[in-house]
Amino acid sequence: MDPVTFLIQSLNGLQYGLLLFLVASGLTLVFGIMGVVNLAHGSFYMIGAYLAFSLSALTGSFFGAVALGIVLSVVFGLLLEWALFSRLYHRDHLDQVLLTYGLILIFEELRSLAVGDDVHSVAMPDFLSASIPLTDTLSYPVYRLFMSGICIVLAMSMYVVIQRTRLGMRIRAGTSNREMAQGLGIDIRLLFRFVFAFGVALAALGGMLAAPVSSVFPGMGSQVLILCFVVVVIGGIGSVWGALLAALLIGFTDTFGKVLFPDYAGLSVYVLMAAILLWRPAGLFGRA
Amino acid sequence: MRDSQATVRTLLTRAAAATLLALAAIPGAHAQQPKLKVGLMLPATGTFATVGTAISNGFRLAVAEQGGKFAGREIEFFTVDDESDPAKAPENANKLVKRDQVDVLVGTVHSGVAMGMAKVARDNNTLLIIPNAGADEITGPLCAPNIFRTSFTNWQPGYATGKMVAERKHRTVVTLAWKYAAGEQSVAGFKEAFEAGGGKVIKELTLPFPNVEFQPFLTEIAALKPDAVYVFFSGGGAVKFVKDYAAAGLKASIPLYAAGFLTDGTLEAQGDAAQGIMTVLHYADALDNPRNRTFRAAYNKAYKMDPDVFAVQGYDAAQLLDAGVTAVRGDMSRRADLVKAMETARIDSPRGPFVLSKAHNPVQDMYVRRVEGTDNKVIGIAIKGLADPARGCRL
Repeated sequence: MDPVTFLIQSLNGLQYGLLLFLVASGLTLVFGIMGVVNLAHGSFYMIGAYLAFSLSALTGSFFGAVALGIVLSVVFGLLLEWALFSRLYHRDHLDQVLLTYGLILIFEELRSLAVGDDVHSVAMPDFLSASIPLTDTLSYPVYRLFMSGICIVLAMSMYVVIQRTRLGMRIRAGTSNREMAQGLGIDIRLLFRFVFAFGVALAALGGMLAAPVSSVFPGMGSQVLILCFVVVVIGGIGSVWGALLAALLIGFTDTFGKVLFPDYAGLSVYVLMAAILLWRPAGLFGRA
Repeated sequence: MRDSQATVRTLLTRAAAATLLALAAIPGAHAQQPKLKVGLMLPATGTFATVGTAISNGFRLAVAEQGGKFAGREIEFFTVDDESDPAKAPENANKLVKRDQVDVLVGTVHSGVAMGMAKVARDNNTLLIIPNAGADEITGPLCAPNIFRTSFTNWQPGYATGKMVAERKHRTVVTLAWKYAAGEQSVAGFKEAFEAGGGKVIKELTLPFPNVEFQPFLTEIAALKPDAVYVFFSGGGAVKFVKDYAAAGLKASIPLYAAGFLTDGTLEAQGDAAQGIMTVLHYADALDNPRNRTFRAAYNKAYKMDPDVFAVQGYDAAQLLDAGVTAVRGDMSRRADLVKAMETARIDSPRGPFVLSKAHNPVQDMYVRRVEGTDNKVIGIAIKGLADPARGCRL
């Protein structure tokens, strides 16, 4: 591999890693911080992508669709938490698995009824649709760099909010000891309702931003679900930095795995996970 | 108290059941021909749901055109959603064969599931018609007198594309496909014809199914600078690949070729990125023959949407069955005559008439299509009457 190709592949790895973080960030909140095993995370991603598709047709603008989509998904998250998830915090993880698995099936069927099973595309904004030439044959789509930028901003803000603000302190307090935090006068129910809603909105945002490059199709949620869990587990449950680092590691492993060991490309990410968990059973930044 | 109530309930249930059974037996007095039971095992959910629906629609259209009857026997459908899950294939196929006692099994889209169905069909000697799954083995080493296919082998479009790409004077090619049976067999077919035509496949790239992160491969292709690229993708992956290929600036410098699934049912989503791409397939929506025009009009009238290649394959599955059933006048016990009639049938398909090879796979024209707008325009025939070599079949 010559140096130029190596650099471009590194860029690919970095960009893919950041995209993975974007999709997994919501799961870091819901599974990592709130401790709810949410298998429906992929469905929220899918819902986001379909929102981008239908809302951009409706509003005529991609960013209009994203803004409206975020509002809708927060509201959707609040409703879902109020109606279903709020009943599960004290239950066994298996109950959470059952509920969220059921939700996957329901959302997928509703999608099929509402939008059909065809593959759709979402137009990207004109000013982002250009490509920057890197070599004489290869160019890099501006939109991908734009996505990477959003992911970095998002990672930073999540870290600041959770680790450096009073709100984040309360969330962390609620996670480590719900009763005690409540006893100190924090309205944990309301707080968690919003944390959950933002988790849903983040997943949906991931879907919305990915829609122009990945197109919109049935079953797209299940493709990202497993990887999201891998990201959260490798990073250490509940750690934003861990998730970011894990996503980047996976991005690089996947990219170079595909190029260097094509026959085992499907395995590389899981080998990485196994190796990291053997070395640090609680993940990179997890506390055992 | 509770016990006696339960007894009363059981008695009532039994009485009701007995009455129903008695009633059910009466229509036999009509001495009507028993219904012909067709088991449709297709995906109704998941990635392949649209394909399953198209096949089912096509099949039902052909049945409806015959007044709902083949050789006087009314067709009764039994359906199972195979979920495109190979692990559930034997169980699902057995539901239709053992529980519903179907006369013929029709399905499916996913090759792995179809292999499971073929096994069940062989074990029970059930008639099986495959309306899509292209696994070479089914009409290769696993071929059987009772197993038919109305679609294609993965090898067929691959081989035909290879010949065309060699004829277009491309000397080096990089291939890229999902690492699963369909992708590997399609690439193998391509390579066979392309290298026989004097070309050289300089690298075979693969990625796990259904991964769609193509960026590392596009970088690799740009570094290798081949004369052309051959890929095998379909559905959502096909849309993403075509758009990524264009966004990476490769479309302008390295022409892209593929088995037709890359641009079938996906053109609206692919938009500008797909314009000018040449693919090879045994059908094209815009195929200009009277049979295709009447088929498309009838399908559109019945389902308020346009048919695709999968609908055609389903339609032909029913036509093939009709040919067999009609030849034996509805007497399915005359299996040998039924099979012989199906083997020798000339199916008047919207794709153009075809006959079956010895291994029961269509011998068909492979069309060269070029994307123009939202159509795959037919611009020629890559190979006329291409038969799969059916390696390993001893029929």
